[in-house]
Amino acid sequence: MKGYTATLDSGEAIFYRDRKRWFWLLSVLYPLQPFLGIWLHAETGNEAWLLLPLALGYVAAPILDWLLGEDENNPPEAVVLQLDRDRYYRFLTYIVVPLHYVGLIGVAYWAGTQELAWWSFIALAAVAGIASGLGINTGHELGHKKSKLERSLAKIVLAVPAYGHFWIEHNRGHHRDVATPEDPASARMGESIYKFALREIPGAFRRAWDIERERLERCDKPVWSTDNQILQSLSLSAVLQLGLIIAFGWKMIPFLVIHNVLAWWQLTSANYVEHYGLLRLKDQKDKVERCQLHHSWNSNHIYSNLVLFHLERHSDHHAHPLRRYQSLRHFDDLPSLPNGYFGMYLLAYVPGLWYRVMDQRLLALDHIDGDLDKVNVDPSKKKALYEKYGQSQKLQAG
Amino acid sequence: MSKFKCPECAYVFNEADGDEHEGYPPGTEFASLPEDFACPDCSVRFKEDFEKV
Repeated sequence: MKGYTATLDSGEAIFYRDRKRWFWLLSVLYPLQPFLGIWLHAETGNEAWLLLPLALGYVAAPILDWLLGEDENNPPEAVVLQLDRDRYYRFLTYIVVPLHYVGLIGVAYWAGTQELAWWSFIALAAVAGIASGLGINTGHELGHKKSKLERSLAKIVLAVPAYGHFWIEHNRGHHRDVATPEDPASARMGESIYKFALREIPGAFRRAWDIERERLERCDKPVWSTDNQILQSLSLSAVLQLGLIIAFGWKMIPFLVIHNVLAWWQLTSANYVEHYGLLRLKDQKDKVERCQLHHSWNSNHIYSNLVLFHLERHSDHHAHPLRRYQSLRHFDDLPSLPNGYFGMYLLAYVPGLWYRVMDQRLLALDHIDGDLDKVNVDPSKKKALYEKYGQSQKLQAG
Repeated sequence: MSKFKCPECAYVFNEADGDEHEGYPPGTEFASLPEDFACPDCSVRFKEDFEKV
């Protein structure tokens, strides 16, 4: 297995092997799991196999995270440059891009050409959407890089779930505004994921559009032009999705609606758990503090990190957005989630349970120490939460 | 004409070149950039954080 050598400032020579090197292939293969269900359906004729990817994502993944546990290993800083330059890692993010096209077209072919019960048709569309949600994750990793190739691949893969604005919205909007009440992609304490989705999905699109409009105005170009990067990606989405409707008929319309919404929902779920309740404070001049490591929730659960290109090491990502996935680090004493993202998504879908687990965890963080004034609280829940935690006097004082 | 570098991601704003993709033509002075200018590559460092090269 490939290793990296470096010499520390002390003169000590070190040798490092990335034990996760080959396991990153899971991030490439994971989006292809709908084909596992299709293959078993084709072999057995039993449509229930089409539900298998749902079971893998919502049952097996949280259990595997629980069983396999956490990995706190970091690559030594002295080898990070070599690790970043190792083309193998970026090659994985490149090849997963066409696989997302293969995935959607393949599943659409099966949904469009087989006589399926209504429930298995919906399940196939949902499974395709969840896989394309992983495409947003791939677009996320690629879109943070400086190279033209990686940025172009980001736009191409984001076209699969018709979410091309994400590249602009996330890099230029979310990273700038994260963990502030103004950020539509940072969830507030007391805000259910369902309420959050209605704020996040349109809010993120509006912010992306505004950022791109302002850029085009500076360039003296109209917003409705071929230079509009959001429209470029959406055009590709239109070609892909209209092509599927032409190829497989009108039943592709409900299929694609379910697919798109489910893909967006994956991103909404990730955004919801990544910054829930966390708040960057303002100084006396009303200036928001710089994003710190404690402004993101993290998970070191190994299985879900390996299928998500290390997305769950989120604090390091926000501190250093261009850092490549293989080099993202664990730090001690960060806000940490009790399971990987897939398990946390399930918890988020039952808001009462989510609040029960996460609100205590949020208030117990060192930098918050129970003080609701240091939490991003949903304004409509503010009075109730301050009363619940015995801090009503702060509201009256404020 | 000077150059200013983002301390996080090493993006360089060269006044002589500007940044045409971002709508800043060649010859744009760094001081004339909007006060809320964020690094076009990482977005986590702002105008006041940039260092003259």
